[in-house]
Amino acid sequence: MDFALNEQQEMMQTLARDFLSDEYNDKMLKTTVEDETGNMPELWQKLAEVNLTGLAIPEEYGGVGDFLDLIVVLEEMGRACFISPYFTGVVLGASVIMEAGSEEQKQKYLLAIAEGKSIVTLALTEETGNYTPDAVSLKAELKGSNYVLNGRKLFVPDALSADYIICATRTKEGITLFIIDINIDGFSITPLKTVSGDKQCEVCLNDIEVGPDSLLGEAGTGWTYLEKVLQKANVARCAEMVGLSQQALNISLDYARERMAFGHPIGAFQSIQHRCADMLMDVDGSRFLTYQAAWRINECLSAAREAAIAKAWVSQASKRVMNSAHQIHGAIGFTQDHILHYYTKKARFNEFSFGDAAFHLEKIGTQ
Amino acid sequence: MDFLFSPEEEAFREEVADFLEKEGPKEWHKKKVSFFDMSGQENWIAVHRDMSQKLGARGWLSLHWPKEYGGQGLSPFYRLILREELAKHHCPGYHSLSVDFVAPAILLKGSEELKKRHLPGIASGKVMWCEGLSEPGHGSDMAALETYAKEDGDSYVVNGQKIWTTYAHFADWMFLLARTDRQAQPNYRGLTFFLVDMKTPGITVNPIINMAGHHDFNEVFFDDVRIPKENIVDSVNRGWYVTMAVLDSERTSDLGYAIASTLLDDIVAGAREMGMLDSGDKVRMAELIAECEVARLTHYHVTYMQAQGKDTSYEAAMCKLLGFESIQHVAEFGLKVFRNYGLLSDTSPMAPLYGRISSCYLRSFGHSMEAGTSEIDRDIIAQRGLGLPRLR
Repeated sequence: MDFALNEQQEMMQTLARDFLSDEYNDKMLKTTVEDETGNMPELWQKLAEVNLTGLAIPEEYGGVGDFLDLIVVLEEMGRACFISPYFTGVVLGASVIMEAGSEEQKQKYLLAIAEGKSIVTLALTEETGNYTPDAVSLKAELKGSNYVLNGRKLFVPDALSADYIICATRTKEGITLFIIDINIDGFSITPLKTVSGDKQCEVCLNDIEVGPDSLLGEAGTGWTYLEKVLQKANVARCAEMVGLSQQALNISLDYARERMAFGHPIGAFQSIQHRCADMLMDVDGSRFLTYQAAWRINECLSAAREAAIAKAWVSQASKRVMNSAHQIHGAIGFTQDHILHYYTKKARFNEFSFGDAAFHLEKIGTQ
Repeated sequence: MDFLFSPEEEAFREEVADFLEKEGPKEWHKKKVSFFDMSGQENWIAVHRDMSQKLGARGWLSLHWPKEYGGQGLSPFYRLILREELAKHHCPGYHSLSVDFVAPAILLKGSEELKKRHLPGIASGKVMWCEGLSEPGHGSDMAALETYAKEDGDSYVVNGQKIWTTYAHFADWMFLLARTDRQAQPNYRGLTFFLVDMKTPGITVNPIINMAGHHDFNEVFFDDVRIPKENIVDSVNRGWYVTMAVLDSERTSDLGYAIASTLLDDIVAGAREMGMLDSGDKVRMAELIAECEVARLTHYHVTYMQAQGKDTSYEAAMCKLLGFESIQHVAEFGLKVFRNYGLLSDTSPMAPLYGRISSCYLRSFGHSMEAGTSEIDRDIIAQRGLGLPRLR
């Protein structure tokens, strides 16, 4: 049993923390949230320069570090409420390719992701908004040796800043994945404005014809890959939530120490102290669950149970933490000018991304 | 980072599990008796003492003590593994007040003489201790306690009263925190930590029956009780520091999460058998599984800190709070699942799980009071952990 970060992980933590404090601030957060596309070419280039775009990608494809290093970095990104295509590109797109891609595809896409040249998004959800195999119905039909794709995907992250899109489709064999250049004719992308500033899109595919080289994994095997990817994605979302909650606690503590009432800082009152104690237990508990699941994934051990427990608990814990943070801040935290609401919104976005607490509780209950 | 036990630790777990399957009380295993609910069993004190001596004979009550005092010098994870298995096997015998409160106090602050005299009895499981801390007027505000020990030649003479003294009715010895200086400022600098033979004349123990109908705690009266000076741990007026030095050991001794997880498994198995688990129950069950997991990892974290020789403070309070509250939540769940059946008393033949549901539920009210109230735990977390200012 060992709860400490190793040297490499500590280095990544410092790197990410320094990078974000140098390159990202509250003003940029505000701009990013309001911007429609979420494109940030300059910042992306800088991320690539410090190798953060290649995190958890194998070295032979230009990457560095492992999944735990990535988790450490994502916690820092949560702490800074970093709204960007990072999660989409480095966690989501790269993971699908690592799981399902051929050697050639890995060479092509992973290298480009690691170098910061490409962003690959994943189009999974449709009208139901669910993350289950039965929610995938977009048709891919054979035409000679090619496939023709028609239909609509919803809540596709960062489609406007992506270069490629991995599309989960329904073929006669079952669920089949394709990786496609998103700039070819036949795609129409409409941004769906979210309150958190995460860029979600509606993506319509109109007679998109692709060759068999676009297949990612064999036809019909898509869900086996996606299941592993979703497990990682959920744990990665947890890591961001740990950072979000930690920062919400930190700014609440600062406020509780400064804000005076009845001649004392409000942080001296038990009603505030006990809220803070509960917040700390939620933050620490969330971190333990997240790192346990991430560590198991990193060690290639079974992690379905641990990941489901993490996502269910961390989602609920982050909600409690945000609610308390607002109550401690009083009216000021309820305003648009204060930073807190970005954290609250981002935490809620993370909860619903890849299945909320109820969805994962159901999973735990049936395991 | 590593979230698994070492192969040696896993081997020890297997050894313990094998032993408990053979040597644990069969009747308790069948009835799935919960550790905190053991006083509801007939003849429980004898069963507890017997099991304690069996554990002692294996050397399992002194696993992490230094070798020079008969311990095995093992990491505190061994103690944790032992207690996880005891919980899983519905076994008594681990008398925390001896093993994890007075023993570390003697080890840390006691004289060589006290070590030689008292540690072997604790390690063998033969001598059982109780804790003389709380008083009628002073529970959470322990530093204000009033039981007075007056110096008289080569001894001290004690007068006063303790309350909520768990197991005083069968304990052989007590560790007693008493006032030796009424003028001390702040008041905690006037307290002394004594070891008291319960057979000393002048001690009267009266039972207090808890709301589950069971006899765990007592009130203890001291009427001119004479304690020789050599029974002082550390020195006069240093009792507060002795107590504080071992409070975290006490807070992390009982594994709330392990008791809770076992109870949850028992409830779910029993409810499935009776066809009483509806879909709402399954969601709540999943939440409780997650809650126990958080408490478990929090406990592993604090044990890891102890193994590394790091000081713990708020982490131990957190661990106790989460663990003990998880038992309460599971116990409430049990009642909810079995509804009318759950409220049947443990004497009713129709009561599920031999009446453990109502009994554990009623017993669970004490969990947010014992070993420091949840409010005190939250104060510690906020003030020591987060550095928030104190009003007092």
